[in-house]
Amino acid sequence: MKTVEEIKAAIETAVPGAKVDIVTNPGPSGQHSLLLGAQTAATVATFLRDDPELALDFLSNVSGVDWPDREISEKVKVPKQVVKTVEGVEQTVEEMVEETRKRVEPGYLEAVYHLYSMARKHGPVVLRMRTANRLDSVKLPSFTPIWRSAELQEREAFDLYGIVFEEHPDLRRILMWDGFKDHPMRKDYVEPDDFEYEPTAHDEVLARAQAHKTAAGAGITPQETGR
Amino acid sequence: MSAPTADISIQLARQEGWNRPPVIEPDGEGELLELAMGPHHPSTHGVFRMDVALDGERVVRLKPVFGYLHRNHEKIAESTSYLASMPYTDRLDYFCSLTNNWAYALAVEKLVGQEVPERAEYLRVILAEFTRIQNHASSIGFLLQEMGASGTPLMYAFREREKILDLFESLTGSRMMCNYMRFGGCRVDASPAWLDAARKVVAELPEFVDEFESFLRTNEILTARTQGMGILRPELAVNAGITGPMLRASGVNYDIRKVDRYGIYDRFKFRVPLGDHWDIYDRYMVRMLEMRESIGILEQALKDIPGGPVMDPKAKIRGFRPKPGEAYGRIEAPKGELGFYLISDGSPNPYRYRVRPPSLINLTVLEDMCLGHNVADVVLIFGSVDIVLGEVDR
Repeated sequence: MKTVEEIKAAIETAVPGAKVDIVTNPGPSGQHSLLLGAQTAATVATFLRDDPELALDFLSNVSGVDWPDREISEKVKVPKQVVKTVEGVEQTVEEMVEETRKRVEPGYLEAVYHLYSMARKHGPVVLRMRTANRLDSVKLPSFTPIWRSAELQEREAFDLYGIVFEEHPDLRRILMWDGFKDHPMRKDYVEPDDFEYEPTAHDEVLARAQAHKTAAGAGITPQETGR
Repeated sequence: MSAPTADISIQLARQEGWNRPPVIEPDGEGELLELAMGPHHPSTHGVFRMDVALDGERVVRLKPVFGYLHRNHEKIAESTSYLASMPYTDRLDYFCSLTNNWAYALAVEKLVGQEVPERAEYLRVILAEFTRIQNHASSIGFLLQEMGASGTPLMYAFREREKILDLFESLTGSRMMCNYMRFGGCRVDASPAWLDAARKVVAELPEFVDEFESFLRTNEILTARTQGMGILRPELAVNAGITGPMLRASGVNYDIRKVDRYGIYDRFKFRVPLGDHWDIYDRYMVRMLEMRESIGILEQALKDIPGGPVMDPKAKIRGFRPKPGEAYGRIEAPKGELGFYLISDGSPNPYRYRVRPPSLINLTVLEDMCLGHNVADVVLIFGSVDIVLGEVDR
């Protein structure tokens, strides 16, 4: 079995212009992964399947991962004009001052693929692809035309994470119902504010029901329905 | 049947769309009959729906519909600690809770680099093989039930399954929701009396398999309705990620117990049965032969099981926080490759918890196998896949 570095080199010689980066895994499992650029991903995947040495003919697992926007605060030293009293005289001196700066690292959705080879009995090779952001540009190329096993699993990632796989032959919701709006596996998913049947509704449930009533104007409390 | 066939050539002559379901043109007159089989059809093993389009009796289109049992297992697991998901894995494939436990424990052990004591490894193998036998026996029983053999063959299987479930109950406290494995071992040790009882059950099993097989192997109805039915070509099976007995019935020699040699499977001698007609009968026969191999593994394991602890004394139970990283662990569950993909961010809860369900992925090719067959055979083809809806919908 080739290492990720060797696989990366093999991809770069076979597919000119392919964008491949290695994502190291700090954990003890040692399953490092290859981050593919979305442009050339389908060509790279076809190469990985058809290359006689790698022969990754079995796509085992497809999973979506959600990485929300992260706020990172870091301390930076910046030069600053400071008024100081030096030897009894007030002077303006330039000094290095520590400042806390906050920046937002943009989030993305990720699709992770675990590949094995049935012909050569090795693996796993982990591929990843990332969307540009989490809101409006969530498209990734589909691997279903290359490995059919992605069919239902990519539908699941679309359903639960909202990753749109282009060229997927049948991209519909799979586990949630068709009229459902959100993507429940996302980290910022908020459960709908509806209350479930309770024989004697009280406290928290009633409070939520009351909130419905004021907000929508037509909410129904359990008492009114005679539950 | 047990002779290994050549590995699948990857240089297949591939035409455009070779791995898509073929399009069957209706040849009858009049309109197609669109029929929703399920979610309460008795053959669907739970709540599953197949939207079929029929031309007379012939299936020209079939779309599986999922989600009736969906409870977002993955989201629930991400909002709780690693160990708290262990009992929940029992509910995935509720026929095989112990293999689910093992797959999850294996993935977490990979994530943290945890060792497992030898006795615990033996116990895991013993329990997993018992699970495999009772799963295969019941799945054959259900297949016959769907063929119209109402009740009786299933009860033969359940009689044997009951003995195995009694063993599970006396060891783990529960017949089906066992919650037995832990990260770095097993929850409780097996007493010598339990091991003796297990040996007694194993000694009776070959007779059961012989009996079960002698009733069925040459049964005219079984052969007529299963041979040449629901053929799955090996190239498509590999490409569609089919695993477990279904893949091996298509003649592909791929058993994760042999390939990954997880646990201590390299210590046991067993063969991998393969089919060479790729039909329902082969799937039934592969399960039958796998039961025999499992009995062989059980005999070896129960003979060799060493003493010692069943839990790694260095295993951390309280304050379990894996270092940041990720791991994918998989085992050969009775229904196919059961994998768990975990990402840790250093907190007590998994950042990402993903189940690779064999039951769901084995249904990818349901349409390909059913097209052109009669609607009565759809029930059989579906039954030969062997699924549990708790795992399909999660």
